[in-house]
Amino acid sequence: MVPLSFYLVLSGILFACGVTGFLIKRNIIAIFMSIELMLNGVNLSFVAFAAQWGALSGQVFVFFVMVVAAAEAAVGLAIIIAVFRTRETLNVDYVNLLKL
Amino acid sequence: MLHLLLFLVFGFACVAGAVNLLVQRHPINSALSLVLVMGSLAGEYLLLGAEFLAAIQVIVYAGAIMVLFVFVIMLLNAGEEERTAGSRVALVLGLPGMFIGSVLVAWLLLDRSPTRAVAAGALKGDPQTIGWLLFHNYLLPFEVTSILVLIAIMGAVVLASQPRMDASTKKEG
Repeated sequence: MVPLSFYLVLSGILFACGVTGFLIKRNIIAIFMSIELMLNGVNLSFVAFAAQWGALSGQVFVFFVMVVAAAEAAVGLAIIIAVFRTRETLNVDYVNLLKL
Repeated sequence: MLHLLLFLVFGFACVAGAVNLLVQRHPINSALSLVLVMGSLAGEYLLLGAEFLAAIQVIVYAGAIMVLFVFVIMLLNAGEEERTAGSRVALVLGLPGMFIGSVLVAWLLLDRSPTRAVAAGALKGDPQTIGWLLFHNYLLPFEVTSILVLIAIMGAVVLASQPRMDASTKKEG
């Protein structure tokens, strides 16, 4: 028997790591991976609460989050490729103009 | 006891992977530690009884999405990340602030929350039950996500394809 709060603390740690990575990383791909880490942390708390309340809807919602994350990854990586093609860099500090 | 031990092993792997993602300079190392995080999260889902989600986590997240990431890293030949425009204030204030904040949240969750203990495999989320819910109660959201995925496919193709040199772009350039 593991208390539910252990799962929530783990999910919080993962989310905090994601936020930290989003803020301190300079590589645009690493920033994108931090977003995926945040989504994973939220998914874990969804599943943990579903087990606590005995409601399977939580797991269905995790399924939807995964679908949205997959779509987001596809579009986001395409945007990264487009940015790299025009800017020739992956460092977000050098991507500071809306128009070339 | 075994349940707690498995939780701690998977949880430690999760946190280690997440921290490694932050400290690694090369994106490919970050991507591989993210695979570790997602794989051990699948173990946590199994402990909670979400069998279908654990399988999907491995197949979709650790498989498809991370392969896409590694593919893009290789395609763009991403090298070591250079640290530019670092902020000393963020380092001095941010790290203790994050530490205090996480200790407070953990204390609130561990000490003050009225949550109960969860048994191993507390809520069986086998594919049959999840599928029944998905095609009965959540049919409309399911169909909407199919449209979303279709739009994402088209968006990815449009964004990643080589820009055509047609008349309008020639006029501008």
